[in-house]
Amino acid sequence: MARLRTFTAAVAALACTALTLAGCSSGGSGGGKLSSGPIKIWYSNNAQEVSWGKATVALWNKAHPDQQVTGEEIPAGSSSEEVITAAIAAGNAPCLVFNGSPSAISGWVKQGGLVPLNDFADGVSYVEGRSGATVAAEYKSTDGKYYQLPWKSNPVMIFYNKDMFKAAGLDPDHPVLSTYADFEAAAQKLLSSGAAQYAIAPAATNEFYQNWFDYYPLYIAQSGGQPLVANGKATFDDAAGKAVADFWSGVYAKNQAPKEKYNGDAFADKKSAMAIVGPWAIASYAGKVNWGAVPVPTSAGMPADQIHTFADSKTVSVFTACKNRQTAWDFLKFATDQDNDGTLLSMTGQMPLRSDLPSTYASYFTAHPEYTLFAQQAARTVEVPNVANGVTMWQDFRNGYLKSVVFGQQPTSQWLHDAAGTVASDIAK
Amino acid sequence: MSRAKRGGRRSKTLVGLWLVAPYAAYLIVVYAVPIIQGVRISVLDYVYAAPGASVPQPFVGLKNYRAAWSNPQLRRSFLNIGEFLVINVPLTVILGMTLAAVLAKLTRMKAFFRSAFFVPYVTASIAVIGVWYFLFSQSGLINHVLGGLAPNPSWLVNSKLAMVVIALEVTWKQLGFYVLLYLAGVLLIPDSLYEAASIDGAGVVRQFRSITVPALRNITILVTTLALIVGANLFTEPYLLTGGGGPNGATMSPALLIYQDGVEQGKPGVGAAIGIMLTLFVLLVAGLGAGARRLAQSREGERA
Repeated sequence: MARLRTFTAAVAALACTALTLAGCSSGGSGGGKLSSGPIKIWYSNNAQEVSWGKATVALWNKAHPDQQVTGEEIPAGSSSEEVITAAIAAGNAPCLVFNGSPSAISGWVKQGGLVPLNDFADGVSYVEGRSGATVAAEYKSTDGKYYQLPWKSNPVMIFYNKDMFKAAGLDPDHPVLSTYADFEAAAQKLLSSGAAQYAIAPAATNEFYQNWFDYYPLYIAQSGGQPLVANGKATFDDAAGKAVADFWSGVYAKNQAPKEKYNGDAFADKKSAMAIVGPWAIASYAGKVNWGAVPVPTSAGMPADQIHTFADSKTVSVFTACKNRQTAWDFLKFATDQDNDGTLLSMTGQMPLRSDLPSTYASYFTAHPEYTLFAQQAARTVEVPNVANGVTMWQDFRNGYLKSVVFGQQPTSQWLHDAAGTVASDIAK
Repeated sequence: MSRAKRGGRRSKTLVGLWLVAPYAAYLIVVYAVPIIQGVRISVLDYVYAAPGASVPQPFVGLKNYRAAWSNPQLRRSFLNIGEFLVINVPLTVILGMTLAAVLAKLTRMKAFFRSAFFVPYVTASIAVIGVWYFLFSQSGLINHVLGGLAPNPSWLVNSKLAMVVIALEVTWKQLGFYVLLYLAGVLLIPDSLYEAASIDGAGVVRQFRSITVPALRNITILVTTLALIVGANLFTEPYLLTGGGGPNGATMSPALLIYQDGVEQGKPGVGAAIGIMLTLFVLLVAGLGAGARRLAQSREGERA
């Protein structure tokens, strides 16, 4: 009962706060001259991003004594999205959050928590100029407005442990992993040789976002860059979707991946020989794993420069709780200009969502060849679709995936067919 | 009656009201308001709206209830909780009562044993779950000991065994508290009853059945009700031990779905509807239990 009461109390507290503050908020987003002054921003609590955030804020504050920015890490919670959702309802969201997940945007818009960037005179031109109109379009909401600036991506690839590959008799420098058959053969060898406990260990848990790191990147690659839904319809109930489902189904059936939750990072802990992850993780593997990276596999294999993958991007939004929105917008542009994007790249290894990334920071990639592959891959990424009820859609997709692919209790073709219907009805609600 | 006396009674009533006022206020703020809010939210298309934002929150009647119930995971979660309670509640009562009876008779190392049963109760759930994961995971201690006899699929990914493991874990974790309740009851039973029974030739088992069990009836009612309420709100164990209600929904609980719908998916109306249904479920089960007990008592009375 205690948990139920806690939940109800939390909901009630949120509601009461909303009612109490209703009369005194700055509210709205339209019209008039936008004001300037001190603002508060949140950034991720990842160590490298904290360093970047502090450095960028210090740089701005030095030049703008009358518009001081206070930077803080996003308060601890089970996820950033939940903390931000609660902050919007409580009216204490900061002006900017440098860690928005595209999947959460539609919910925050529904809450009335986000300012459309179209409200700023140069809003649309800045977003489209920085990332390119095609990439930017993926981040546009269903009402045609931008509520998020596509900030950085973490194109996911297959990381592999070179030492384990060597121990299994596989080529550690040029691993053959481009087709499903290649992957399967490598996985067999890794397990039969005893080099690794698991070939790969995507979390087999039921959080709504877990398919972004198993099924979705491979589906994007197999389909040549299709998002999960397009024009209100599911795209995956086809040969490409089935090929990917059958691939993962085989991996689980042969116990090449654990069906059980692993407490920790199985790749960093050397329990699994491969992982699907983006470049943000490189810093956390330093000194632990002798890693290499290759693009995700496809059924028949594709040249590396044609493979698309999941972007795992993060965005920046301006929140309606912000009073000094002009400063917020100016700081957002400052923090995402060419220089500060360069600093972000060098401090975190994450890819700013800018057009022509490899050429803009050519000297960095020459000095850090291990990141070059990610920069090239960053040009061919797909994000989660920006739809209503996105989290519900992914949760339903995940539930079916676990039943069919992981636990083998439903044929994959039946699951894909059912999921296509569920997904379409979820986003239409 | 004199005016002074009447005034005295009135002032006593006033003092009494003042004395209960803080607790009454606490009850209203912490229990009544949230429950009313919960019911209200469950019939609205509710949004955690930003202050000042004009977000429509229309009355939708029972739509949220229908949406919640149309999710097969919810129906499954109530069955799961039923399975959990069938294991957890009787085990809690039997073990709690037996251990309390044994602890009361101990003459040596009393404090040690009483604290030993209480330690899991006061230990953080996450730490206890860590220990159970170490025991029951695929490469855990239990499977090592069992060797070839280990279940396949392993405990936590076996749809028949996962809830059993969770029920045992929760029973073990909560047991110390219930043992304490029973111990308080056992210590109140006069020794003379046991002595008389002993003179009449009753053995330990007979004494337990004929004296201890009936004397602890009220505490058993309390323990059953509390175990039922705690069990029906199962959240932490399936969230952390079986990867969010796995395998394939076998340990999904209504409280976990409240979190998924109400918090993660931004559908507070549906979350609140599940909360209300869960409350009704607990009241129904507790009511059935109370009815069954009354029936048993009245039959006993007839026999006597």
